[in-house]
Amino acid sequence: MAEAAETSTLDRLASRFGANVIAPVLAGVIAIAVSAITLYIGGYNAIDAFTEIGKVLWRFDSVILITNRGAWYYVAGVAVAIGFKMGLFNIGADGQYRLAALFAAYFGAKMSLPKVIHIPIVLVIAIAVGAAWAAIPGILKVTRGVNEVISTIMLNYVATGLTAYLLGNYFRTESDNLIAATKAMPTSARIPNLDGILEAVGLEVPNSVQLQGYLILAILVGIGYYVLLFRSRFGFDLRATGLNPAAARSSGISPKRMVLVTIILSGAIAGLIGMGALLSDPQHFKYSDQFPLSLGFTGLSLALLGRNHPVGIALAAVVWAGIERGTQPLTQKGFPQEIGRIMQGAFLLTAVIVFEVMQRRAAREQVRQAAMKAHLPAEGAPA
Amino acid sequence: MTAATITAAPSAGPNWKAYVTGRNGAVLFTVLGLAIISVARILADADRLTASTTVGVGLRLAVPIALAGIGGLYAERSGTVNIGLEGMMTLGTVMAGWAGWHWGPWAALLAGVFGGMVGAALMSVATTTFGVNHIIAGFAINIIGPGVARFLANVWFTTEAARSEGGSITSSPAITGDLPRYSLPVLSDQADVLGDLEDKGWFVISDAAGILRGLTVDVRIDTIISLLLILGSAYLIWRTPFGLRLRSAGEKPGAAESLGVSVPLMRHVGMLISGGFAGLGGAVLVFAGAAQYQENQVAGRGFLGLASLVFGNWMPGGVLAGAGVFGYAQGLAIGLGAGVTVRGLLLAAVIGLALFVVLTAIRRTWISFGVALGITVIGYWTYHTVEEINDQFVYMTPYVVTLLVVTIFATRLRPPAAEGIPFFKGQQL
Repeated sequence: MAEAAETSTLDRLASRFGANVIAPVLAGVIAIAVSAITLYIGGYNAIDAFTEIGKVLWRFDSVILITNRGAWYYVAGVAVAIGFKMGLFNIGADGQYRLAALFAAYFGAKMSLPKVIHIPIVLVIAIAVGAAWAAIPGILKVTRGVNEVISTIMLNYVATGLTAYLLGNYFRTESDNLIAATKAMPTSARIPNLDGILEAVGLEVPNSVQLQGYLILAILVGIGYYVLLFRSRFGFDLRATGLNPAAARSSGISPKRMVLVTIILSGAIAGLIGMGALLSDPQHFKYSDQFPLSLGFTGLSLALLGRNHPVGIALAAVVWAGIERGTQPLTQKGFPQEIGRIMQGAFLLTAVIVFEVMQRRAAREQVRQAAMKAHLPAEGAPA
Repeated sequence: MTAATITAAPSAGPNWKAYVTGRNGAVLFTVLGLAIISVARILADADRLTASTTVGVGLRLAVPIALAGIGGLYAERSGTVNIGLEGMMTLGTVMAGWAGWHWGPWAALLAGVFGGMVGAALMSVATTTFGVNHIIAGFAINIIGPGVARFLANVWFTTEAARSEGGSITSSPAITGDLPRYSLPVLSDQADVLGDLEDKGWFVISDAAGILRGLTVDVRIDTIISLLLILGSAYLIWRTPFGLRLRSAGEKPGAAESLGVSVPLMRHVGMLISGGFAGLGGAVLVFAGAAQYQENQVAGRGFLGLASLVFGNWMPGGVLAGAGVFGYAQGLAIGLGAGVTVRGLLLAAVIGLALFVVLTAIRRTWISFGVALGITVIGYWTYHTVEEINDQFVYMTPYVVTLLVVTIFATRLRPPAAEGIPFFKGQQL
């Protein structure tokens, strides 16, 4: 008996580990195949296109650009993943981060403080706004039973309208009449870049790029997420509720409280998504109609691909940003750069399908083994 | 639609419910609504509120939303939550732009349907064949749809031939040839009886005339086809054996299967029809402006369709009503003096709410009374202090209304029971 239990645990570990590694690899192969075929059908030489992508990715500035963008994506992924972990779909991360960034940009630019306080205060504003906006679907869910998918989709559009209204009428700076934008962040609110660290280890940073300091924040978010999820009572409750709500409830976890706290937490982290552009990207440093869009949706993709795991999301973020960076200059070479979007889409869809199939197989296998074990003492004579 | 299906049973004695439900209710509420809007139009001096042009634009904007909503209805009635409507519509727009450029407007409509169905097939394989979470699969379609559309636009619309006719990565060359338009003879056409009535400015009568004229003048054939398809869908889903099987797959798949219905088949079919409707919605959208594909043309209308589905409590008539309201609100926000018109609409809403407040007071439901009174006061105060409503608020209105509906009627909304639950053959569900 003891031996049987041991092998089944091993099997389970192997199959779990297998699913989490094999699925993305398989999905990646399929995604590349799909985009190659698409290119071929579109009348392009797929091999040349991928050679170009490879050439771009090989450059050092690409590594930095991917890291910069990946950091934004990573925070977005974590924000969504924390909801996923207990079966909550925070599709509203998109509206949450844009609203949070707008408020942080407006009030942050108004203040003049020393750096040590200024950056944290801006972050706190963003966190508070994101959390508050996320609290709406949370409250609606626990008090009225409103499905968070519906309410967050609607709230995203409300956030779009609200940000446009506030930016256009109240938050825009008078000094720029051409585009609606908030005042640029004062230098005291900007997160310093990390070029110095790279140079200290002997790497030469190309002039055109800089390693944005937001990376540190993203890493902290990742560590915090890990600790919270796997090293805290709350994280245990959260995962338990996600795995089996009924069992969690009978063990004394209040589902309503969990829903509310989780979605607010998700919104709080979502509030930080836009801080990469606002505090760390020289192209922005302000909220305008050119502010990066749809990062919340990217976060959803990454949480799915990374299986809500702090490391998995990071890998997914690198792949996502890598595809974008790699395909970006394709247009100049005569290839459609949109192939990147197709690759991302194919990657996402095949990955979720493969995960699903593998999970179901594993579950079936478990049921089969349990059934076999249950019959074992009755049927077979023990050795 | 709903009015026709729910007819109040006649009963002895005074039964005031008979007057507010069923056919009587529909008439009563229509007249009451007209009167409220008419009062608001006069008080707020917002003539465009019921002008036939406004209503016409509203109708044209409502049709794609309604098509997406009915598409959602097919999918969700068969048990699949369709968040992917937006992506399917987008595929519809690019296919319609391409086919329309080559072979004219009719091909555009057909190609739009095809484009939507391709997206739906992809999603259906994920949800029904493999049992992937419906929200996740639909969301993936929403990522893939615009990506594929942009890729196709790059391949199709940036060639020498396309560029010479105005194509680019963000827009197709213009579709040659137009779809026929019809007006109702005598009433809206040459004699234009309704037009004359509308210009008189009479209380209620001119408003009714304006709305009717808006619905019947210069209506393009795709609008008529769409409305017929929607009516046909209501019949198909609620009055035919196929409809019963489809709905049973979404309500109680295990029971349906025990009676010989193939649940996966029903869900695939429901999904494909869903995609076809969403794609048609995209194609209709292509004709909304300059008759060409434009990037981001869909702009959330797939989600508005979803909103109308929820708003309409997963019933065809409700979807149509929701889409009508949303399209009308969007139509109001277009053009000069939109702020004034929208202010008129706000007044109409305030008057309607005030009546509701009175009703709650009579019924002694004090919580509803308090909430409604609060909103009424805020609404009136806004009306009183603001001269023009910012168009961003119009943009937000459909979403806020849907949020309010799901919040207020949360317990009364009834989505299909097995919606969103993967089902495999032989499962007990």
